[in-house]
Amino acid sequence: MTEPVAKSGREAILGAIRQSLGRPALSADARHELNEHIDKHRANLVPARGKGDHAAQVERFQEMVRAAACTVAVVASEAAVPGAVADYLRANNLPTQVTLAPDEWLCGLDWDSQSLLETRQGTAGIDDLVSVTPAFAGVAETGTLVALSGKDHPTTLNFVPDYHVVALRASQVVGAYEEVWARLRKANKQGRGFTMPRTVNMITGPSRTADIALTIELGAHGPRSLHIVLIDDQTGKD
Amino acid sequence: MEFMNPSIFKENARAALADKDLRSAMAMLNAGMVPNRQAAVDRLPEFTLLSQRGRELKDHVLGNLDFYLESFERNCKAAGGHVHWCATPADAQAAVLKICRSVDAKTVTKGKSMIAEEIHLNEFLEKHGIEPVETDLGEYIIQLAQEPPSHIIGPAIHKTKDQVSDLFLKHHAKLGRTERQTEPPKMVNEAREILRQKYFDADVGITGANYLIAETGSSIIVTNEGNGDLTQTLPKIHIVVTSLEKVVPTLEDATTFLRILARSATGQEFSAYTTISTGPRRPDDLDGPGEYHVILLDNGRSTMLGSEVQDMLRCIRCGACMNHCPVYQSVGGHTYGTVYVGPMGAVLSPALLGVSETQHLPCASTLCGRCEEVCPVAIPLPRLLRQWRERSFEAGKVPGLERWGLSVWAFFARRPWLYGLAARLAVRGLRYLGRRQGRLRTLWFAGGWTDGRDLPAPEGQTFQERWRRQQAERQRGGAAR
Amino acid sequence: MIDNSAKAPINVGLFATCLVDLFRPTVGFAAAQLITAAGCTVHVPEQTCCGQPAYNSGDRRHSQEIARQVIETFAAYDYVVVPSGSCGGMIAVHYPELFTDDPEWSRRARALAAKTFELTAFLADVMKIDPVAAQYDGTATYHDGCAGLRELGVRQQPRELLAGVAGLKLEEMAETEACCGFGGTFCVKYGEISTDIVSRKTANVAKTSADLLLAGDLGCLLNIAGRLKREGSSVQVRHVAEVLAGMTDQAPPIGENGEG
Repeated sequence: MTEPVAKSGREAILGAIRQSLGRPALSADARHELNEHIDKHRANLVPARGKGDHAAQVERFQEMVRAAACTVAVVASEAAVPGAVADYLRANNLPTQVTLAPDEWLCGLDWDSQSLLETRQGTAGIDDLVSVTPAFAGVAETGTLVALSGKDHPTTLNFVPDYHVVALRASQVVGAYEEVWARLRKANKQGRGFTMPRTVNMITGPSRTADIALTIELGAHGPRSLHIVLIDDQTGKD
Repeated sequence: MEFMNPSIFKENARAALADKDLRSAMAMLNAGMVPNRQAAVDRLPEFTLLSQRGRELKDHVLGNLDFYLESFERNCKAAGGHVHWCATPADAQAAVLKICRSVDAKTVTKGKSMIAEEIHLNEFLEKHGIEPVETDLGEYIIQLAQEPPSHIIGPAIHKTKDQVSDLFLKHHAKLGRTERQTEPPKMVNEAREILRQKYFDADVGITGANYLIAETGSSIIVTNEGNGDLTQTLPKIHIVVTSLEKVVPTLEDATTFLRILARSATGQEFSAYTTISTGPRRPDDLDGPGEYHVILLDNGRSTMLGSEVQDMLRCIRCGACMNHCPVYQSVGGHTYGTVYVGPMGAVLSPALLGVSETQHLPCASTLCGRCEEVCPVAIPLPRLLRQWRERSFEAGKVPGLERWGLSVWAFFARRPWLYGLAARLAVRGLRYLGRRQGRLRTLWFAGGWTDGRDLPAPEGQTFQERWRRQQAERQRGGAAR
Repeated sequence: MIDNSAKAPINVGLFATCLVDLFRPTVGFAAAQLITAAGCTVHVPEQTCCGQPAYNSGDRRHSQEIARQVIETFAAYDYVVVPSGSCGGMIAVHYPELFTDDPEWSRRARALAAKTFELTAFLADVMKIDPVAAQYDGTATYHDGCAGLRELGVRQQPRELLAGVAGLKLEEMAETEACCGFGGTFCVKYGEISTDIVSRKTANVAKTSADLLLAGDLGCLLNIAGRLKREGSSVQVRHVAEVLAGMTDQAPPIGENGEG
């Protein structure tokens, strides 16, 4: 999209900005300094509640996701995830069809161990009721899950089904958002920088609205419920 | 009430104050929003420091806005996105239409966007044969009611449950939903079911952006319902309509604002969904839009830069100022007659629309300062309101009688002796009128006051005359001793 | 009063405010008595108004003219004390803003601003007075005037001073920090909105068991008293200085004639 109208808009706007700031375009030195700010991408202020030892953060994470109206099941190993999903479906009287994110680790779990579960992989269709996805991280400071879009994690799975189940390893829990960005920068490193996935979803509890008479109702457009299967993959490791 | 006409603020206010439904809706808002925000702020000891840092960051960005916008554009393009620089609302409308036409769009779904409101995008799309479907529940409600938003984060905050119930019955009956729903869970569910198919059918999804990240060329939306994510994920094209001042340098900088936004807005620790979008879907992605466009609107913002109202460009649209504004709490958002309402609207609207049409807005404030106190980026709203009053006064927009009254008063105020004389006469007159009860129920020249309140009567003499007499008596007494 | 100490007397210029001058001289006398009791000498130079009506109407020229007059009149005192957060804020916060492009007047405005205090802040923070020797039998609730609270940080001072009043119980109402809707000329220009705002205040007053409403600003007090009386409320209204100075017998409550 490089039509002339947009082009002239660009120059006019940048010109107007510079005129209002009373200066021409920035000098090379000034630009260099600002690029440094970007390149260093320093954390600003990280609240104390986002710091501290990992066990305490996992504890806080559970506390905060519950406060955000999530439900949590803690399991001792990843092998127990399919069973925990089946338990969840049973407890909520849900049908046994679930859509899994086509994630190698998630799909590699022993889903066949649950004979009643019917799993399929892919994006979410309009009639999908339950999805099971991994997450990139869990953030303790507000009980926030972080999911990255990609071939192994279609974004629709986070929003279309009524019930969203997330399998998260305790080792993926961090204290503050900044730690997620650090992990993301490392995981997606490319040259001097990194690549962002199309979508980074920070999810804190199920969908909600207060648009009718300020009454909080869950399940406005996204999932009505968000269930976290938290895998204790750290006990005995330290 | 006439919408989108700020020049009849007083008439709108009168209608608003007489509207029982509005009053009950506003009472709920007032009872909820103020304590919710306070509780959220109290739970985070670092809130004030974060807020200071946010303010500094915004000022830093505004001083280097050209640089950060160019960085944003470069990185957005590198991720496969398109950036459209639009000086005016008409430019932005045209850019959106052109993109919609490129896929022969029939319907577009929309997440909540104040910039879309600012450029009156819905009317424009309808005029060009494209059906806009609002998906945020509040926006959906006011779209059914054919009203503008009355609050920047809760567009239908002025509607009672029963009013929404009526609206749904009226509009959903033709979709086969003929049963009246009276309870919020069922109403929410009905809207959910009706909108579900629309997400899948829409050709284009339009959202706003709370922030743009220069470093990554990304846009961020902060929502609770999940409608914004469905809107931007399912259609072929995702259009972000946003404005220049939304850009921040890095992910880490955006994070600082995310920590203060929800807490200030709804009192939540974090909104349910904070979504960072960068470019279109990647070659091996299984879903997501095939195109990603960012409409960058100026509409006067580049002119606000460097002016005495530059501070307003720090605004992160949390709505705390209106939630805490005594005037907004009384009359609601529609009274303002503008897209942006409450204290932030009263400062922003004259910049966007000019001082003549909007001259009531900066004046209709007690300057109590609570807006500035709760503003997470410390915008000196009362000072900016006063500044517009000065511009309005200079431009001769203040009504003749008021101007004359001020001159007469100033004439006396600068002549203490004459002032004292007039004051002594005035207090005696008022005392006489209010002698029976110690107050006046009516006063011909002060109807604005006495229509709703009594006017306490003066004691009868001025302080200065009594003080001087007392001092003189003391002196005589002292001399005699 | 004669200063018995060897120190030079502290000369205080009392800026009574136009509303006190016109409507409630008792507040001026109460303020003078409190300042005197704190060990200062009170002076009341000829004065009119702080200029807020012009300032808040966007009339900068008249605001500056009136501000210059106040600055000249009060320049010589050690302190300027104002029984109003609103007028105190005008002098202490807004006068300097009026002269940003005039170095000489800017300096003079800042000098005056630095020594200008709201009455209760002056007594509690500057003079650090001992508990007042007043008595009032009853339950009071306190309204925080906006300018005093947000421009001058007056919040604890009146409450600390009231804690020393024998027989007085302070019962806080909900939203003590919410505006009463006075807003200077706002209350007349947008009378209906102002009335609605003050009605929320009086509703909060009514929810307490207080028989007395106190505040440090006569503008708020006239507004709240006016509404309470219109509603037929028996709650009495007074300026905090009247109670602190033990002068509640000197004048009937605001908006009443003294016959109950």
